[in-house]
Amino acid sequence: MSTEATPATDAHDDHGHGAPDAPAAGHGHAHPKWLAHHFDTPAQQFDTAKLGMWAFLIQELLFFSGLFVCYGIYRSWYPHMFVESSHQLNKLMGGANTIVLLFSSLTAALAVRSSQTGNKQATSRFLIITMLCACAFLVIKFFEYRHKFETGCLPGPYFHPHELSHGATLPGNAHIFYSIYFMMTGVHGVHVLIGIGVIFWVWRRNERGDFSKEYFTPVDLVALYWHLVDLVWIYLFPLLYLI
Amino acid sequence: MILAPETFQLPRSMSAEAPSGDALYMDIYWFSLVFLVLITGAMLYFVVKYRRKKGVRPERTRDLTKLEIFWTITPLIFLVIIFHVSFETYVKNATAAEGAMEIRVRGKKWSWEFEYPNGSREAKELTLPVNKPVKFILSSDDVIHSFFVREFRVKRDAVPGQYSYIAVTPTELGDAQIFCAEFCGTSHSDMLGTVHVVTDEQFRKHLDEMDKMPEVCGDTGKEQCTPALWGRTLFVKNGCPTCHSVDGSKGNAPSLKGVFGTLQPLTQGPDVMADENYVRESILRPQAKIVKGFTNTQMPLFVFKDPQTDALIAYVKSLK
Amino acid sequence: MAAVTTPHTGHHEPDPTESYLGGETGIKSWIFTLDHKRIGVMYLISVTIAFLMGGVFALLVRTEHLSHGRTIMDADTYNRMFSLHGVVMVFLFIIPSIPAAMGNIILPIQLGTKDVAFPRLNLMSLYIYIIGACFGLYSMVHGGVDTGWTFYTPYSSSDPAHGGVGTPAAVLPMTLAAFIMGFSSILTGVNFIATVHKMRAPGLTWRRLPLFIWALYATSIIQVLATPVLAITLLLLTMERFLGLGIFDPHLGGDPVLYQHFFWFYSHPAVYIMIVPGMGVVSEIIATFARREVVGYMFVAMSSLGLALVGFLVWGHHLFVAGMSEYAAMVFSALTFLVAIPSGVKVFNWVATLYKGSISLESPMLWGLGFIFLFTIGGLTGLFLGMLAVDVHLHDTYFVVAHFHYVMVGGTVMGFVGGLHYWWPKFTGKMYDEKMARVGFAFVFVGFNVTFLTQFVIGSRGMPRRYYNYLPEYELGHQISTIGSYLLGLGFFVLLVMFIQSLRNGKPAPRNPWGSAALEWQTPSPPPLYNFITDPIITRGPYDYHLATEAELDEGWAELDARLAAPKKAHVDHDKPHAHGTSLSGDDATAAKLDADAEAGKDTTADPDGKMDDADPDAKPEKKSDDSDDGEKD
Repeated sequence: MSTEATPATDAHDDHGHGAPDAPAAGHGHAHPKWLAHHFDTPAQQFDTAKLGMWAFLIQELLFFSGLFVCYGIYRSWYPHMFVESSHQLNKLMGGANTIVLLFSSLTAALAVRSSQTGNKQATSRFLIITMLCACAFLVIKFFEYRHKFETGCLPGPYFHPHELSHGATLPGNAHIFYSIYFMMTGVHGVHVLIGIGVIFWVWRRNERGDFSKEYFTPVDLVALYWHLVDLVWIYLFPLLYLI
Repeated sequence: MILAPETFQLPRSMSAEAPSGDALYMDIYWFSLVFLVLITGAMLYFVVKYRRKKGVRPERTRDLTKLEIFWTITPLIFLVIIFHVSFETYVKNATAAEGAMEIRVRGKKWSWEFEYPNGSREAKELTLPVNKPVKFILSSDDVIHSFFVREFRVKRDAVPGQYSYIAVTPTELGDAQIFCAEFCGTSHSDMLGTVHVVTDEQFRKHLDEMDKMPEVCGDTGKEQCTPALWGRTLFVKNGCPTCHSVDGSKGNAPSLKGVFGTLQPLTQGPDVMADENYVRESILRPQAKIVKGFTNTQMPLFVFKDPQTDALIAYVKSLK
Repeated sequence: MAAVTTPHTGHHEPDPTESYLGGETGIKSWIFTLDHKRIGVMYLISVTIAFLMGGVFALLVRTEHLSHGRTIMDADTYNRMFSLHGVVMVFLFIIPSIPAAMGNIILPIQLGTKDVAFPRLNLMSLYIYIIGACFGLYSMVHGGVDTGWTFYTPYSSSDPAHGGVGTPAAVLPMTLAAFIMGFSSILTGVNFIATVHKMRAPGLTWRRLPLFIWALYATSIIQVLATPVLAITLLLLTMERFLGLGIFDPHLGGDPVLYQHFFWFYSHPAVYIMIVPGMGVVSEIIATFARREVVGYMFVAMSSLGLALVGFLVWGHHLFVAGMSEYAAMVFSALTFLVAIPSGVKVFNWVATLYKGSISLESPMLWGLGFIFLFTIGGLTGLFLGMLAVDVHLHDTYFVVAHFHYVMVGGTVMGFVGGLHYWWPKFTGKMYDEKMARVGFAFVFVGFNVTFLTQFVIGSRGMPRRYYNYLPEYELGHQISTIGSYLLGLGFFVLLVMFIQSLRNGKPAPRNPWGSAALEWQTPSPPPLYNFITDPIITRGPYDYHLATEAELDEGWAELDARLAAPKKAHVDHDKPHAHGTSLSGDDATAAKLDADAEAGKDTTADPDGKMDDADPDAKPEKKSDDSDDGEKD
């Protein structure tokens, strides 16, 4: 095959990728270090990774959808029980967590931006802030969970409510609400934990200097994942705490 | 054998509902057979006729959009027809006739228990009068079972925590086989039973001979103990009349007179039909659904066994 | 071919002509490989083991039915046997069989690319699958499960150790196994979707995609959309059993029927994860052995997507007798009939393809034709079950068992084994014994029909499924069915022996033994590490037989004859991959290069305009680097 290939500056400029520095002519040295052997162009690699990530995120949404359907069905069966039980959740802590997560989503987006402009230090800084926010979220969540354990608002056979706020009494089957609450927030919490893990990994790679203006795909994908985690919470908060 | 008539493929039919389903079965069977023969025949014919020969080129595939649309649309028309016929039959068979005799069927690992309207109970054997419509009310004490009467062509899951129904009218004298059709553990395949379809006279005699249900009637100790009577005993013993009247007067809680089988407006959510499932839920989970106009959520939690709940429901049902 | 195939400078650089089975050998080169073909081969071995295991369970189940009452095992053992048969066959065999094992090897080759989009993810899928399988094995050594593969609540979720009414069996590890293997399936789906969208060779337009790719693409969509729902369902089930969540357990106020809705929302689409790839294989086989483009290409391709779509809307037909409202039943019944349309379109088109074709009946074609016959029966009996009034009687009887075996075995397994015959020369570079293949097919085909036609009859006569014991009147039917299953088992045993023999001393396979026009047959058998010696550029569809000459279609054998006649020449050496070292001496390298050029040149003969190379560089702006270029990252 001819290797007088067109310089690798083609099709991908619109993705914010600069051209790879390789002088594409001659020996076909167009493959930069980070371009996997089976891709032809950086643009192809970036688009493929992004498409794969979106497919994965759709999968994530469907994973959560099972829980949302559970919530919807039980709420329509027992609207009264859901209202009573949700009054026992701490709106203040839930609200604080919402703000924390929204802010972390902002910093994740800023991390992508700074990585696109090749600002390694800023990228690291934003990634660290995102991680700290994620940890803060989990700490607040921990205090919420502890309160639920103390007042016995727990799933199934462990449901022995006492010392409830507003001196309320809960309907007999309120344990189902707490089952759903713990499953939804628990699964979401696991996603936050995984998020901390992958952001840490991206941060390490950034420190190592793996990324550049031309190659920042992992930062971008991890931020996408983090936005999804945030998005799920944006739905969980009103559904569980507010209405 | 492939051309086997109905009697080879299907068991004896003994209910008013069976023949229509059987006829559908045979219709679709003949259709499928003809279709299969045509497809396979064409396939084999082409394979023989167009075997590879030296120098004979395959004909290039042409664009056959019209043909494609034809064999997409034609089956659709056919499918709409068989769907329509089968659904009509299904609905007709699923609706219970007015005044059907209600038989409670309880599945438990690994036996069926039947309760007649007068409260008599039998396990594994059920006797029914011929040509009288019957409504089975199914429930389960433990896991999911499925009540399958082969000769009646009826089947329905018995799900713990809820009631489901089957309507059927036996039309032939003789015995029908009962199976459990949903896997339920070790002795699932021994969870069998027999329905004896007998004449009206024999049926009444059988009821007379059967043991009543003294053990469930508790302290009423009456000869004529029925589920509804037992239900009333439980109702009084548990102090229900304090709040629930049975004569239509309004108390702390809704009166139970004439409630069964009517739509109940709720404080939240759409109206609900007061059937077995609703009454059961209201007894066992009083706060689940609250009738409009009542704010009281003080009804205590009761723990009833399934037969007791059934008796209470029978009592509520009797409050016309 | 502008002869710039760069000499091998870096020692990490793979030889572009070296077979993927050659080159690095040794255990590490396999378990850490990122090559889709090696990963596919490892999948293939895993699913074959799973298939044999599931088959043994099936034969034990059938043997128990040889006589009324106890034959060889007690009721609890029987219940575990049929459950394990179901779990192993569904989760360990059928779901990964065609997509993950066969698709992994063939998909990138048919797309003319070097690998799947995410090779590391691909390897990860394999290991997730194996971890899942280990959980399954753990459950089996701890007695297995007796819930059936459907894990219906509350039987599965209510633990007697905590006073529940359910099974004492080791349900948790088995549901975890299915949960974990689900992620393997999802990741494969994600990988394939990205690959099909972004990795197609230049010139391979959507309209030129092989039908197998369309089928895998549709399957991947289902895998990505449906499997997560199973994952969350099994997670809820696990938590239910472990903590007593109460969502599915009626004794805690939950609804067990809700579980069934959740479960079948995945598991009905999963039926199409199982059957659609089989249909794709058959489309390839029919086209190759009739030497004709599949009639209504676009309709067949779209019917795969149609099945994927409609498959999501019909789960309710598993619950017709579980206590749905009449209206829900009506909607689900109507939607169920819709499935018949795309299935019918496929069958009609396959048969129409044979018309005026040039048909040869080599063993893969036998499996293809067998598929059409058996799948038609499977599909038609589905009509019985879709009809509400008829389903009430047939639900949960042996009629259902026979129906889904006609679809799953008559469909998917026929497709899988047929595909294995069809692509075996490509995978391994070896031919198999055609006579044995025919004997094996005959046994499987006859045995299968004896086993399951009988089950239709005992089923419609009322025999419920999952029964350890049965009424004496069903004994004859069960005995015939069991004898059929032995024939079936014997058939698969013959095939196993045949394939092992082929590996040990099969004749070397030519590049294109079946005379196919499809892309995967234009590369050596077995393919080199990067699938093609030079990156292909596609100028014709996979079924454009009118563009091929008779000589070209038979050229595979001619090439092999020539190769065997001149053994002295240092060769690309497809036939003896292991004899080759990684580094060639200078002379050998040149020879190999020349040979490679010749090989690539041959590829182009299909198209007088030169479909691979030689065209001016402007014609292929997308391709800027040769696979033999150095300086790549490993």
